[in-house]
Amino acid sequence: MTEMNMVEAIRDTLAAEMERDERVIVLGQDVGRLGGVFRATDGLEERFGEERVVDMPLAEGAIAGSAVGLAISGLVPVAEMQFLGFAAQAFHQIEGQVARMRYRSGGGLAMPIVIRAPFGGNVRTPELHSDSQEARYVQAPGIKVVAPATAADAKGLLTQAVRDQDPVLYLEPLAGYRLQRDDVPEGEHTVPFGKLRTVREGADVTVVAWSAAVRVAEAAADLAAAEGISCSVVDLRTLVPLDEDGLAEAVARTGRAVVVHEAPCSAGFGAEVIATVQEHAFWSLKAPMARVTAPDTPYPIGRLEEHYVPSATRVLAAIRRTAEAG
Amino acid sequence: MAAKRAENNPSSGGTGVTTPGLAAEQLVEAFRQMLFARNLSERGFILQRQGRMGTIAGAQGQEAAIVGSMMALERGRDWVVPQYRELAAMVYHGVPLVQIFQYFMGAPRASRFPAGTKVLPIQIALAAQLPHAVGLGWGLRHQGDDGVVLVYFGEGAASEGDAHEAMNLAGVRKAPVVFMLQNNGWAISTPLKLQTAAESLAARAEGYGIAGEQVDGNDVLAVHEATARAVARARAGEGATLIEAITYRMGPHNTADDPTRYVEPEAFEPWEGMDPIDRARERLGAEGLLEEGVEDELRTAIGEEIAAAAAAAERSAAAGPEGLFEEVYADPGVRLLRQRSELIEGNR
Repeated sequence: MTEMNMVEAIRDTLAAEMERDERVIVLGQDVGRLGGVFRATDGLEERFGEERVVDMPLAEGAIAGSAVGLAISGLVPVAEMQFLGFAAQAFHQIEGQVARMRYRSGGGLAMPIVIRAPFGGNVRTPELHSDSQEARYVQAPGIKVVAPATAADAKGLLTQAVRDQDPVLYLEPLAGYRLQRDDVPEGEHTVPFGKLRTVREGADVTVVAWSAAVRVAEAAADLAAAEGISCSVVDLRTLVPLDEDGLAEAVARTGRAVVVHEAPCSAGFGAEVIATVQEHAFWSLKAPMARVTAPDTPYPIGRLEEHYVPSATRVLAAIRRTAEAG
Repeated sequence: MAAKRAENNPSSGGTGVTTPGLAAEQLVEAFRQMLFARNLSERGFILQRQGRMGTIAGAQGQEAAIVGSMMALERGRDWVVPQYRELAAMVYHGVPLVQIFQYFMGAPRASRFPAGTKVLPIQIALAAQLPHAVGLGWGLRHQGDDGVVLVYFGEGAASEGDAHEAMNLAGVRKAPVVFMLQNNGWAISTPLKLQTAAESLAARAEGYGIAGEQVDGNDVLAVHEATARAVARARAGEGATLIEAITYRMGPHNTADDPTRYVEPEAFEPWEGMDPIDRARERLGAEGLLEEGVEDELRTAIGEEIAAAAAAAERSAAAGPEGLFEEVYADPGVRLLRQRSELIEGNR
């Protein structure tokens, strides 16, 4: 085990996968000489050359779209969107092309593509940099949506993503890049998709989260514990594929659930979590399930984001309400 | 608009000079391929009208642009990236004809081509295939493969952001791509003058640092020659070319279109006598390459081949609900498998 932060885990994993498989190439804006605006690709160009670590023109659609062609040619492209908010300018390529080419070609054209994209709040970015847009990609059948919360999972899930035969949108929490430090297994480490992680066991309320919201859920669980409410915290890790059974079981064990995400409330993935629990574990429920999300408003700039992104205080309030209900 | 476009076109008729690059027997083959493309479009319309298959876009009027360019590629070595009108090019480069009909009839896996076929599936999103072509060409070069990628699109698709992004990237990566822009004058009902204020779409090439040229798109030899030059340039590592083939859509946009709502009859006048098949026939005649009765034989054989493929496609098994789930993922996961079971159960 080596303690590292998420950006270090991602960088080391990219290097290891490029070393293992010469078909792996990295492309994106500023990924080469600069090493990425967050240094997630730092040192890769020096090590693997500018033919395998490619600085791209500033055009998200061409990054995602050329990845389709690169994959057809036999390569394994790992494309970076500098921020998920700007992947909107590649959405037609990701949703209509990357995600569908396998289906369209009846399995003839596999799309072993990884699209890495940082997202999420609390880092004081300019407008459009922090938006949590994961749910719209869940509505794009054919692509997997992966959102690690720890450095260990960043490695394990990224390794799996690069080796996966399906395209993967790999979401990296901006707030966790340096803040989230934990022990990362050395050598070979993969984490399978579709298996949630139990962060902590508790008896009274199950808090469901992914990516940066897991840290908020844990902080809220600490505060709740001080009040005598015992919380279970689960990290979904992957939204597609969703661990339906693991989720239903985790909620059934307490009979109470709070879902936390940074995206706006309406049609956010929290709605899918609640609907899934309702389908599979309704009779175990003791109280209405709660959501703690951003409001249905645009992501704000500056200090306003403190009110926008779910805080441990807001999650605690939902935990209390849920624990007391019924 | 029509007048200006007409100026771009040399007058029809053979010159008696065989263009270098297409030998006599290839010229006859090009003519046969154009007849094939025309028949395929016409048969597609009939089958759609009979309710036997879905919406299809014909190639009437664009046969020279399609056939001249597809024959400038080397089969098995180079790649074809179609939009959706270039069915003849897909078949020429190895897609079984029956699969073309299966596609329009909605059979699953109709776009899974035989292993080694260097053709991408039909692309419905306009210009979305252009970045794919660039990535493909770039990836081939990266791996030491000297294949060239030819990608088809139209003047309407050229307005899309993907076209700009792709051509710019092709310039930067020196990708071995031929951008075959078929300027047929119409994007459904939108005429060229509402699509662009530019005199020439080929002129955009300069802005991307790639080669560009306009060609008479209704002259199969001229198209072949221009494409062959572009392929040679790409093969030699000199990068991409944008070819603007000036042509005309002789029919509706597709089976769902009604051009009488937007086309003035006089818009066709400059194009009368410019049918690419008529022009190819004149050329062959002038050079003594088309013996009496040969065209009728070709038409009969083509008609039979196309009818047989359509019939074979109709005989293929109708898709069950499991067809929805095939090849969405390599590994579908528990949730999708449950949805599959529920859908199949629910349909019983």
